[in-house]
Amino acid sequence: MEFSQLRSQFPALTQSLGDYPLVYLDTAATSQKPQGVIDAMSRYYQADNANVHRAAHQLSARATSQYEAVRDKVKTFIKADRREEIIFTHGTTEGINLVAQGLAGQLKTGDLILLDSAAHHANIVPWQMLAKQTGAEIVPIPLTPEARLDQAAYQALLKRGPRIVALGHVSNVLGTVNPVKEMIAQAKAVGALTLIDGAQAIAHLEVDVQAIGCDFYLFSGHKMYGPTGIGILYGRYAALDKLEPLLTGGEMIKQVSFEGTTFNILPNRLEAGTPPIAEVIGLGAAIDFIQSLPRAELRAHEQALLTRLQDELRALGGISLYGAHQDNIGAVAFNLSGEHHQDVGILLDQQGIAVRCGHHCAMPLMQTLGLSGCCRASLGVYSNDEDVDRFILALKSVKDLLL
Amino acid sequence: MSDSQLNKSQLNKSQLNESQLNESQLSPDTEAFTGLILDPQEILPSFTQAANWQERYRALMLLGKRLPPLDEALRQETAQVRGCESNAWLYHREIDGRHYYLADSDARIVKGLIALLLTAVQGQDRQAIAALDLHQYFDQLGLSGQLSPSRTNGVLALAEAIKAAAVESANH
Repeated sequence: MEFSQLRSQFPALTQSLGDYPLVYLDTAATSQKPQGVIDAMSRYYQADNANVHRAAHQLSARATSQYEAVRDKVKTFIKADRREEIIFTHGTTEGINLVAQGLAGQLKTGDLILLDSAAHHANIVPWQMLAKQTGAEIVPIPLTPEARLDQAAYQALLKRGPRIVALGHVSNVLGTVNPVKEMIAQAKAVGALTLIDGAQAIAHLEVDVQAIGCDFYLFSGHKMYGPTGIGILYGRYAALDKLEPLLTGGEMIKQVSFEGTTFNILPNRLEAGTPPIAEVIGLGAAIDFIQSLPRAELRAHEQALLTRLQDELRALGGISLYGAHQDNIGAVAFNLSGEHHQDVGILLDQQGIAVRCGHHCAMPLMQTLGLSGCCRASLGVYSNDEDVDRFILALKSVKDLLL
Repeated sequence: MSDSQLNKSQLNKSQLNESQLNESQLSPDTEAFTGLILDPQEILPSFTQAANWQERYRALMLLGKRLPPLDEALRQETAQVRGCESNAWLYHREIDGRHYYLADSDARIVKGLIALLLTAVQGQDRQAIAALDLHQYFDQLGLSGQLSPSRTNGVLALAEAIKAAAVESANH
């Protein structure tokens, strides 16, 4: 497949910043959007805009059928068992909060929650809130010196009988991949509820939630070429059905009186208020876009590009890489030795290079690595050799300037 | 003479009240404040006449070196300006109606940007500092993008803290 044609579907990538063409290496923060996604949302607003599920008119019927069709699309996309297992949220962060809060009634003092030491704050803080409310205890699964989750330590922690195990699929900072299938099976064997933050995996890997076997899997639309403001919470029906709703009101009710309220059934029970309808439709178009690609071929292309990026950074000299393994996905974390990551970011930006520099919402990981922050270059389907060349060249001039 | 806490408004988190802060706050010597001289006529041409961004940012980093590093003891949380991805510390003192600043950062370009800010205000009186249009100042130096609320370099927060220190001193 000719990947350069694919790039031409992303209008934002054709711009220049001053004298330099944009080199977008911040896909892990948010991906660019293909024309198909932009058009689908704009078409919805121009032709079909109406609220879903409620009105007795044709526009609403059209909006509702488009909206509900995306639920089926997501079900197929991640190989879920039932459409009711797909909950539309506003993003991964909201979804994890929904799960953590929804479990409050099921936890008691002393219950153990195991977390991923490399996790994004979104997969740490909601659990801390839950622990504070219930008296549960949080234990992070430590990292090996290679910045992978320490499997021996994990086995030892599982012997303590955790109630919840929450992992990342792919680290947002390092791009390291957790062996989720094995880890989830081991967690299930001790009776733990399991959750995976798949925000950084969904655009790169073919996710099969039933093969992984987790109770909950979450991701965001905007990191998979879709719009912001839409995310998916997948939950195994039995686990999902036990969650108390985080938000109430709107279509999530069955019957309301001042004496009491009964809730609707899944999925509506967990979707309070008017949902982000255009964003759901945009997400549907993003799934169409991804599924139109030869995914295995694309995976190989992305992997080759990441390996080249890692190799070129090593060859440049004076660069520290963090947890940069061959089997990583989508991102590489680095610092220019002895230099502040922010200085590097500012000077790369002068040359049209978009990378993220900072703590990446993973402060505990930064503490483990002994860093105040780092730079991260991340890739998407549209990334190509020219991006890597321009980035390396720009980093060379940053090195020259800072020396 | 009055010392002012530059970042009072940002300190809510630390749960300290003002009197506690004043007691615990170390501050550089008066000589350190008056000893930092930044002459705009000498400094600014390297920016206005820079041929390209490389020259401009090299000049920034050179300028940053003119701010003496703050002792470890002075790199205290109470002097830290929030809103920066890097750490930045700022001290202010008013001497005979003129305002003097000392600042440091652990990032070189941010330190250069702070030095540029200080070049515009060091030793000036309250009216001059209040009247200063820092956006225009950065524009003419070819660095307009750096003084933007959407940036994480914290320069805007520093600019606001510098101005607030001088303006609020009138209330003392």
